[in-house]
Amino acid sequence: MNHIAPGRNAGVYSYDDIDRRFVAERVEQFRAQVERRLSGELTEDEFKPLRLMNGLYLQLHAYMLRIAVPYGVLTARQLRKLAEIGRKYDKGYGHFTTRQNLQFNWIKLEDTPAILHELAEVDMHALQTSGNCVRNVTTDQFVGAARDEVVDGRVYAEILRQWTTLHPEFTFLPRKFKIAIMGSDADRAAIRVHDVGVFAKRNERGEVGFTFYVGGGLGRSPFIGKLIRDWVPEEDFVAYLEAILRVYNQYGRRDNIYKARIKILVHELGQEKFTQEVEEEFARLRGPKYRLAPEVVDEIRRRFGGPAFETLTDEPESFQAAKAANPDFARWVAVNVLAHKVPGYAAATISLKPAGGIPGDATSEQMELIADLADAHSFGELRVSHAQNLVLAHVRQDALFTLWTALEANGLGTPNAGLIGDIIACPGLDYCALANARSIPLAQAISARFADPARQQTIGELGIKISGCINACGHHHVGAIGILGVDKKGEEFYQITVGGDPTLTTAIGDILGPAVTADETVDAIEAIVEVYLSNRHDGERFIDTLKRVGHGPFKERVYAAH
Amino acid sequence: MALNDKSRNEAVLKAITANRLRDGEVIFLAPGPGLGWVERLDDAALFEDAAAADTALAAAKAQAEGEQFAVDVYAFDLRVTDGQRVPVKTRERIRALGPTVRIDLGKQAAA
Repeated sequence: MNHIAPGRNAGVYSYDDIDRRFVAERVEQFRAQVERRLSGELTEDEFKPLRLMNGLYLQLHAYMLRIAVPYGVLTARQLRKLAEIGRKYDKGYGHFTTRQNLQFNWIKLEDTPAILHELAEVDMHALQTSGNCVRNVTTDQFVGAARDEVVDGRVYAEILRQWTTLHPEFTFLPRKFKIAIMGSDADRAAIRVHDVGVFAKRNERGEVGFTFYVGGGLGRSPFIGKLIRDWVPEEDFVAYLEAILRVYNQYGRRDNIYKARIKILVHELGQEKFTQEVEEEFARLRGPKYRLAPEVVDEIRRRFGGPAFETLTDEPESFQAAKAANPDFARWVAVNVLAHKVPGYAAATISLKPAGGIPGDATSEQMELIADLADAHSFGELRVSHAQNLVLAHVRQDALFTLWTALEANGLGTPNAGLIGDIIACPGLDYCALANARSIPLAQAISARFADPARQQTIGELGIKISGCINACGHHHVGAIGILGVDKKGEEFYQITVGGDPTLTTAIGDILGPAVTADETVDAIEAIVEVYLSNRHDGERFIDTLKRVGHGPFKERVYAAH
Repeated sequence: MALNDKSRNEAVLKAITANRLRDGEVIFLAPGPGLGWVERLDDAALFEDAAAADTALAAAKAQAEGEQFAVDVYAFDLRVTDGQRVPVKTRERIRALGPTVRIDLGKQAAA
């Protein structure tokens, strides 16, 4: 196999021979399982959990393969491989998800072992992207780059990936288990709506430790994660997580799928009792076997390498001149570009949300272009954001104009990161076997309605999130404006919520009123925006205006015609 | 994005569908005694009474599992409107045609 050379791509974890042998063995194991299914040795009931362990679902039109992008970080070469798989085995495109993964929608069961083999060639896999196990650990899309970062969350996310992959105690949990980790004061990973949300931080002596929130989650019963420990020393990171999972494994409901997530356990036991159980288990576990040694952390950190940054200064003349000469570029910089921890560099969000487009979809050609741009401008490394965009995290400021020109020429320069056009939408009823209503057409209609970049910038920060069913893959509960598709006697309706917040000040949105039709929904969003603009104070975000004036004016306008 | 079928005057019929095991393709039980399968709803067997549909469904399930040919076999409702076979549920219409947001894909692309 033609593997990635260690250290070739800065910022991406380099597999060693043990990692590669492990993944290769899993591919061959699944190949044999597929052969046994096709020959009739295995029934569908026997095979289904095996295919799910390899990320293979059966959806409306075909099999769907969910490929792991650990903590959303991948190399240009890996993205090219995804593009190639999309072209060779799918229909020329892929879909980036809120879990920082990638899904292909038109996969054949008989092709899957070959696809997994090709993924293994670039140190990728689909392990634990489904099933009742620890799923892909998500993190900040600007990890390792953000100016406000205190701890590099990738290192600890990778430690968890290795610790939890095929861990015998965590392979058959009561339900799927989602962990998010942040290493700065801001929350760009929605950590309090995960089963476990972790804040990595430093104490006054510079030592790394972790704050644990447990029992958050969306879906049928949304909950905000509870603080159970403010400081877990680095050496106890694995032990404390294992203690949480052991308590969940022991007490979590297995008799009722709707009550099986850890959020229900925390809710029913109570924060105090749950914390006590975890602390007792932690006290039993703590010891040499579970100690996370500094040399292990250092070795994992070393395997990520580090970009060879040059000594530069912020706001070079050429960058300033390009902004002054080109308002469209200046707008893109203002909206899609984030300050970098290293002077002279920046992190650029590539929006996969063109006006009227399908959120998170990228064609094979677009993936290849972005891979080339990552090689040219970001040390061959890129990220998937939980908002379904891609990020080049280490771009020289004096290269931003060249990057933007290439993106713009290929329909990828939409300046809407964090704005109303940056809509998160699950695949909905167009693809998903669980959905009750379509999500994508609504996202397309809303983004088309608000296509004008200047208007979007005037409206400012406003997240719209759409789910096609109560499972909430589109995170509608934490959208400033959330939209939930529901089925009413065979017709699609949409329930609007307002006031959701995925950041540290986490809030679950409130239902504004009765569900409306798809066409009415777009008008309702327009009405909500108009009420906001006519009521806001200078510089006030939508969510803050809503808090100040309450739901009344919004509800009144939306339902005025009813 | 209107897809909803407002007509309610035509009789509700049943058809039987599944996904083909090897590639996941949406398939429909074909007319005739041989338990054949077709890829297009237009070519599918239609059942006017529930008992006949139930009998065919049981046979189709047994065949699908026994021959490792198909998975997730079930019956669904449809109407014939202006000569067109229109599943009652949006989900089944999308399965029969393809995603509404990509009409270049799915069975609708070859129509």
